[in-house]
Amino acid sequence: MEKNQSFTHDDHHGFPWKHIIGFILSLVLTFAALFVVLSGALPTTMTLAAIVVLAIFQVLVQLLMFMHLNEHEGAFQTISMAFGFLIALAVVAGSIWVMSFGM
Amino acid sequence: MSETHAVATESRGPLEYATKDGQMKIFGFWVFLGAEVVLFSCLFAVYLAYLHHTAGGPTAHDLYEVKGFLIETLLLLTSSFTCGLGIHELRRRNKAGVLAWLLITLLFGLGFIGMEVKEFVDYVGEGATLSTSAFLSSFYILVGTHGAHVSLGILWMIAVMIQLGLYGINPVTARKAFIVGLYWHFLDVVWVFIFTAVYLTGLVL
Repeated sequence: MEKNQSFTHDDHHGFPWKHIIGFILSLVLTFAALFVVLSGALPTTMTLAAIVVLAIFQVLVQLLMFMHLNEHEGAFQTISMAFGFLIALAVVAGSIWVMSFGM
Repeated sequence: MSETHAVATESRGPLEYATKDGQMKIFGFWVFLGAEVVLFSCLFAVYLAYLHHTAGGPTAHDLYEVKGFLIETLLLLTSSFTCGLGIHELRRRNKAGVLAWLLITLLFGLGFIGMEVKEFVDYVGEGATLSTSAFLSSFYILVGTHGAHVSLGILWMIAVMIQLGLYGINPVTARKAFIVGLYWHFLDVVWVFIFTAVYLTGLVL
């Protein structure tokens, strides 16, 4: 019982550090992406690559720090979302690729 | 002995996972979110494929204004954060705390919807309507589908708050609140891609 109490205390009764750090990270990532675009310092392809990478980190912050993706039966939940993103990647990248042939 | 064991098991984890029913429904919701990712990916694919098919109408560069979409982004990001704090209070079994944070989340959500409606009205005023070009059709369908999700999320969250108010925090209301929280965070996940693939990309290309 004592062990349970301490689990509860650490996880749910403390200050919500995880959420605060997640929020700060998401703000930093948002403004970093905006800065990369507005500064125009990088060539177009590099700019696009940079904002896509920043978006992926932003989504990981949401999934792991806000949505608790990896808690409880984390493996099943993660596989379900990973499969969704795999199909999404095929649909989006495939469409851009096909349309690049001068449609 | 077995009764003690049941109580101990329940107090070990969050209330929304206390029953098998709750666990299954939360997992089922993750599967739904996976399907939502695929739904939005189709809309993103159409938008990106038609990005330059403007048919002589306004282009992405003409329309998008940094101030507007940055405010929308910050409103939704902050609402995702306050919703997370609501779920944190849910796990502390603090009903007043949950309701307060969810109410703040709703206000940010309403602010977001208000900004988006204003944005659409402004665009239509500039002659950029749903039927102007393939680019604009796909823009309104993609961003509008997200907006419809946020609107539904607002109504859903109000319904869950009423139930939390009436019945307090129990395994059923905790599960409902946790799931509506997942839905709300997911809307922010989709928005991150809209922010990146629609607005920022529109400024670059």
